[in-house]
Amino acid sequence: MSFDLLIGAIVAGLLLGGFYAAVTAGISIAFGMLDIVNIAHPAFIVLGSYIAYIINVGFGVDPIIISVVMLPVFYLLGTAIYQVYYLSFEKRGQESLRGLAFFFGVLFVTEVMLLLAFGVDYRYVEAPYIGPSLHFGPIDLPLRMLVPCLASLTMFAVLQILISRTFTGRAVLAVSQDQLALQLMAVDPIRIKRIAFGLSIATASVAGALLVIIQPVEPSVGREYIGRVFAICVLGGLGSMPGTLIAAMLLGVVESITATFYGPSWAPAIAFGFLLLTLAFRPSGLLGR
Amino acid sequence: MLPFTLISVTVAIGLFLLIRMPNIEYLFVATYTIVQYVVLTTAWNILGGYTGYVNFGSAAFFALGAYSSVALATFANQLDELVPESIAPMLHLIFPLSIPVLIVIGGVVSGIVGLGMGYLTLRLRGAFFAIATLAMAVVLQTLVVNWEFVGGSSGAYIVRPGEFPGLGSYMQYLFALMLALAVLALVTARAIERSRLGYGFAAIRDDELAAEASGVPTLRLKLIATTLSGTLMGMAGAPFPYYIGYLQPQSAFSLEYAVNSIAMPMIGGTMSWVGPLVGTLLLGTLQQIANVTISSAVNLLLVGLLLIGFVIVAPNGIVGLVQDRLRARRAK
Repeated sequence: MSFDLLIGAIVAGLLLGGFYAAVTAGISIAFGMLDIVNIAHPAFIVLGSYIAYIINVGFGVDPIIISVVMLPVFYLLGTAIYQVYYLSFEKRGQESLRGLAFFFGVLFVTEVMLLLAFGVDYRYVEAPYIGPSLHFGPIDLPLRMLVPCLASLTMFAVLQILISRTFTGRAVLAVSQDQLALQLMAVDPIRIKRIAFGLSIATASVAGALLVIIQPVEPSVGREYIGRVFAICVLGGLGSMPGTLIAAMLLGVVESITATFYGPSWAPAIAFGFLLLTLAFRPSGLLGR
Repeated sequence: MLPFTLISVTVAIGLFLLIRMPNIEYLFVATYTIVQYVVLTTAWNILGGYTGYVNFGSAAFFALGAYSSVALATFANQLDELVPESIAPMLHLIFPLSIPVLIVIGGVVSGIVGLGMGYLTLRLRGAFFAIATLAMAVVLQTLVVNWEFVGGSSGAYIVRPGEFPGLGSYMQYLFALMLALAVLALVTARAIERSRLGYGFAAIRDDELAAEASGVPTLRLKLIATTLSGTLMGMAGAPFPYYIGYLQPQSAFSLEYAVNSIAMPMIGGTMSWVGPLVGTLLLGTLQQIANVTISSAVNLLLVGLLLIGFVIVAPNGIVGLVQDRLRARRAK
């Protein structure tokens, strides 16, 4: 019985971890590759959730399709934010203290605006795959976890191909290593960073839709994810996409086992434990550069 | 340093007498919050403004102080059930602890946590410390929610005595204590600014690598800053359960503390002790008015927008703006 429980917890954790990969992808680009500590990322994810919720309730469109359609909007939002960030902080060399405070302000303002617009009620979406489960012997595969996990892995694969195969993607990797060298190759590092940050925020659209499929959402739910995303990003090794995926799965499994055997109210503490242990013993992460 | 201490003590006493004059209890309730923010923002600035390391977990340090008071008060209430009969009478002599003692204990607890956090994360880049403090707030809240002894998620009642002998209402006593803490925080901050310690902090803020290379013991200084800052925040939190009467995790860990203790110094100016004070008095008063007249959500939106606006347009805050103006006039 307890063995079945363990297997169930591990499977649920892998599904959860797949979803965490989508949540972390954006931070992995912004923090891992561009050195932009965008702590407002979870707020953008919740924004994505609310957009998926509004259109889903209004027109009955599938949340994942909505999020794909909204990708360009989030991309443009991201480039706009980077432009402000670059002009106000990076250019003046003040990104450490004031840049952080800026993103904290953005996080806070987004959260309060959602709060003013929608109140503190939990919101959820309707889709055919919310509810039914697949059964394989003792293993339960709820579709509301499986579909987000698969969608997340698809997005992750697309991102990985974009970054490792295209010229712009390779330039993003290069900008994280040597900005001057990139300039010598006649590539504008600011443009590359703008594109990369746009991509990073665009992932929040998809992650948000997946979030609202998995659980009901209220404005401050993003806060729980701040510790998680940075823990995964640091554990995976900054800037390493495969590392991020492995770390996301690992955190998902450990959280799920904790929730099954000790109760769900302890789950948020796990991410922090991971983060502190990684920082203390292996700051470069599993697959660090 | 002595004249400054005397001046601030005089100002504090004057303020206390002034607020006492109209004999409106609400004035104490409202100004307590503002003075509490003076302590919190000055504490934040010792780390954030002087060394340039951002602490997003002010709420956590504050709540640590508040919850150590709750834990000790609960312990005092259930003393007879919790300890063997032979020691109980002895402990009854010490418990319940007076609030100044609770303040010291709250400060020690928060200071130790600050030191531990700093030790684990400060050897790395600055961003890691910031993220870790943010995550720490979530985790400490999880711990408190799961800790039934201090009320768990439903919160704990703290009975506030009605009167304090010799002063009048208990709220006035709490207010006087908070004023004393504010004086302590400001005097400490100003003393640091003009000491070797302060120059070391400034060197870290401007260029940590260069500071390290020229023999500044950066890690040790940063640990001193986190410990000091955490201690002051815990001290500010310790009397809070008595002020509020009923402490819930959501109110102790409120994001409001984190955002205000960053926004107020940023708006006032982070380079000296004046900045957080100016920012707090301005924004704190504005918030108290907005809380009564508009709504608390709109008030928080205002703080967020002001924070974003100030870090973009006036990176050195109001104090920086005034200094620029003075400098320009002198140049003419």
